[in-house]
Amino acid sequence: MPLLILFYRLILRPLRREGLRTILTTAAVALGVAAVLAIELAGEAAAGSFHSSMETLIGRADFEVTAVGGIDPETLTRLATLPYALNLHPRIEDYALLDASDRTVPLVGIDLVSESQGGNADAGPGEDAIFVGRDLGLKVGARVKLLLNDSSCDCTVRGILGENSGETVVMDLALATRLLRRGGALDRILIETPRNETPGSRSSEEWEALLRQALPEGTLLEREGTRTDENRKMLAAFRWNLRVLSYISLAVGAFLIYNTISVSVVRRRAEIGIVRALGATRSRVMTAFLCEAAFLGFLGALAGIGLGRFMAEGAVRLVSSTVQSLYVSSQPGAIALGWNTIALALLIGIVIAVVSALVPAWEASQVTPVEAMGRARVEHEARVHRGRSLALSATLAFAAWIASRQEPVAGKPLFGYGAAVLLIGASALAIPSVVAVLTQVTSRSAQLLFGVEALLATRGLKGSLRRTSVLAGALSTAVAMLVSVGIMVGSFRETVVQWMADRIQADFYLQPAVPAGPDRHPTLSSGIAERLRALPEVTAVDQLRSYEIAYDGAPATLSSADVRIASRYGTRGFLSGAKPGAVFDQLVGRDAVVISEPFANKHRMKAGDDLTLMLAGGRHSFRVVDIYYDYSSERGTIFMDRGTFVKYLPDPAPSGIAVYMRPGTPVDDGRRAIEAALGGSRAVLASNRSIREEGVRVFDRTFAITYALEAVAVFVAVMGVGGALLALVIDRRREFGLLRFLGGADPQLRRIILFEAGFLGLLANAVGLVLGFFLSLVLIYVINKQSFGWTIQFHWPIAVLLVAISIVYSATLLAALYPARVATRLVPIEVIHEE
Amino acid sequence: MAFLRLEHVSKNYVAEGVPVKALDDVSLVVERGEFVALVGRSGCGKSTLLNLAGAMDFPTSGKVFLDGVVTSDLSDSGLARIRREKVGFIFQSFQLLPTLSVVENVELPLLLAGRNRAREIAVESLTWVEIDDLASRMPYQLSGGQMQRVAIARALAPGPGLLLADEPTGNLDSSTSDHILALLRRVVEEKNTALVMATHSPEAAAMAGTVVRLLDGRVHEALCPS
Repeated sequence: MPLLILFYRLILRPLRREGLRTILTTAAVALGVAAVLAIELAGEAAAGSFHSSMETLIGRADFEVTAVGGIDPETLTRLATLPYALNLHPRIEDYALLDASDRTVPLVGIDLVSESQGGNADAGPGEDAIFVGRDLGLKVGARVKLLLNDSSCDCTVRGILGENSGETVVMDLALATRLLRRGGALDRILIETPRNETPGSRSSEEWEALLRQALPEGTLLEREGTRTDENRKMLAAFRWNLRVLSYISLAVGAFLIYNTISVSVVRRRAEIGIVRALGATRSRVMTAFLCEAAFLGFLGALAGIGLGRFMAEGAVRLVSSTVQSLYVSSQPGAIALGWNTIALALLIGIVIAVVSALVPAWEASQVTPVEAMGRARVEHEARVHRGRSLALSATLAFAAWIASRQEPVAGKPLFGYGAAVLLIGASALAIPSVVAVLTQVTSRSAQLLFGVEALLATRGLKGSLRRTSVLAGALSTAVAMLVSVGIMVGSFRETVVQWMADRIQADFYLQPAVPAGPDRHPTLSSGIAERLRALPEVTAVDQLRSYEIAYDGAPATLSSADVRIASRYGTRGFLSGAKPGAVFDQLVGRDAVVISEPFANKHRMKAGDDLTLMLAGGRHSFRVVDIYYDYSSERGTIFMDRGTFVKYLPDPAPSGIAVYMRPGTPVDDGRRAIEAALGGSRAVLASNRSIREEGVRVFDRTFAITYALEAVAVFVAVMGVGGALLALVIDRRREFGLLRFLGGADPQLRRIILFEAGFLGLLANAVGLVLGFFLSLVLIYVINKQSFGWTIQFHWPIAVLLVAISIVYSATLLAALYPARVATRLVPIEVIHEE
Repeated sequence: MAFLRLEHVSKNYVAEGVPVKALDDVSLVVERGEFVALVGRSGCGKSTLLNLAGAMDFPTSGKVFLDGVVTSDLSDSGLARIRREKVGFIFQSFQLLPTLSVVENVELPLLLAGRNRAREIAVESLTWVEIDDLASRMPYQLSGGQMQRVAIARALAPGPGLLLADEPTGNLDSSTSDHILALLRRVVEEKNTALVMATHSPEAAAMAGTVVRLLDGRVHEALCPS
């Protein structure tokens, strides 16, 4: 109890006296914790949604059977005739577009006669009957127009599905087979084994072995949930990187906690001396300051939990948009803020605050009673060992270089992150020297250019070198993150734009009305290509087809096109640098493939290797001819010639058609001719230009979350600058009072603070640019490469960087307005006679 | 015309809810070349009088004339201007900026006033107080006496008509105090500047031409030691 009283009187009371600064520091922690929490919750919601829709309709199942290109109906018969009491659930799975609302929803075809679902879905099916998930908000009896692939059908809602049915649409297997033109093939068979708990009943492994024996070659038997696990694994790198990015705000907040506690220690040096003289031990002094930090961390984390839950609403939209663009079709699940997450947030807030306060708290414990009491209230600026810091900075930079050259650990670029942290450390240690040299060099010229206020500002900053360095460190770290991610995203964008220009060569692309996704490939009617070829305006038609497959336990895409057309028009880039024609020639008529760069990285494959695919009822080996640059999906793609493709997967329906027009054909004429040839087919025709524009739009949407996190980090840093400048004004109030005595006017005092902020902003931007450049190299060539396997060409997004830096600079100046106002409101007589 | 004239000046404060009468109907006239010492116990109103005389504060009632200008008629910028042109301040704790060198400290009021030849005037001022050889040093490299000389040079640099010194020898030993007092006396005589000095020291007060004793905010007596 006495300790608590002392803690209140010596630590909390001073915090209360400086309410605004305490609030700013707490808010910095709150925003950092909120960013981390929002990303955690959003990631979990986006990944958690794999369980929804399709899976919630399963009920209990133990195994699932799938096959590339669909399961032969014979397989179901074979399973049904096994002498075991198996419950079999054959399914067709696809996506449908609700014409009225333009929403793409999961569509499941099940045997309605033998299945029975929750709600009133057991109402008898009609010819056009569908059952819909609760989230669609449709009523029984409603008429709904569904688009399936490139055709449409009018259906009637006969029932509403049970809890957690999301936006799924269910119809009878026979109707789905007909509408989706599956010719009897199934997408999945779910198997429920007998739940017999008596002794002697079979184990899961035994059932697996029995079923595997019964299944024909080319089919895949997996335990239920395997696909979810695969998807989760696939998303792990994405979530991991996003998580790391969310920690930036927290790291910037850590700088500010460090600054706040340092200020506390410097201001209360005399008090520390007194309590030391009265018998406080060093460890108790240190503990007191660590408790102050923990208190601020606790308050910040508490506020951060509420804010994080709120921010998660926006983050989940952005994250799920990226997941859908790059990984898997999935509706975000509900955001679940559990006690574990709350405890984690509190822990993060407190730990980060305590760790940040370790150095200043230790310094406080080193104050001797004589030293502190002997000097009344003399400003103490802890010594900064510039030479030693510079040497350490160089060592860290070298260590960063070494770390950047290491291989990933368990698929994660841990050394890459290490290199980034080391670089930030190197920069923070070099800052005192940079500040000292720059203020030395610029103070006289600043005075000549901007007057005495600039001189006082630069000298003031140099006079409190340590505090200035911490502030510049915080702001420059935020700027560096902004710059590095800006360069990385800008380079990536430029690379993708260039790649699209090379890759997208056809004049028009035809796709089914139901939008495609990384894991879903709706098809067009097979006759369309022939009709297009017959058009006089058309010179070539290429049919593209893709299937979702699992390769080595990871989702991937199997793709095909006519390589003779591709080699004639496309300029697909290969890692080997070989000419596309030479590579494609090796694919024609052979069991040979080219693989995308992400696939090669994920499965550690190279040209000349063989890969095995389960197709057409058997295992087939394909030689990898080369690896091509690809930025369309992170899943990874295996690409083969259409001739080889249809040999194993004979369904001729294409997922998309590339149409090459005769040179000189006006775009509108071409469009009209193609649309006329489509007949009643519900297909979407996109021009070359619109496809590229859409690609850029998807790209920008994908990285929106990145920019949002950057903005939070910069906001935290700028807020910290405002708080720190306020502390600076309070600490230097005697100086400002004196200036009044010497004839200084309000605008002159205001200008001093604004110059300090301006100098700090310039310094932070300069250091941030240099650090950001090096961090961008780590991001592009180490972290991104090891996480996603994409080769990104380096580009300077000058316009983006200029805008970003200008915004940060302006925000820093704005943050100085209030401290400047405080400086002009000080009563000089009071502050000068305080001694 | 008197350079500083206080006419029935009163100053009231409210400190933590309690009204305090810091000055009560004080009148005072100080001519150029006159050295006035303000003496009295702590809290008798010495510093308040200096603040009013230096246009750092307004009287609650009465008028303060500084070189013929009523300070309470001035705006904030007008007050700043009159301070930098007409008044120089000297403090007990010197109040040098630790981040500026000696000459830069002296230069400071000139630069705030936007005066030309600031460096030249600052060096002249340092020469006058006989420490021009310390011009490039930083304050922490000086002794107490040297720091106070710098403070005097700074106060003199803009060529003010009135110097206000608040316990200028309060932080100095007796030998150094004597030197500083002699220097202040020289200022009055050679620069024809009015000097008002608040002090607790009888020795310091003895150097003044007029000693004004304050008691509870009122002028108790005015003596002429000579």
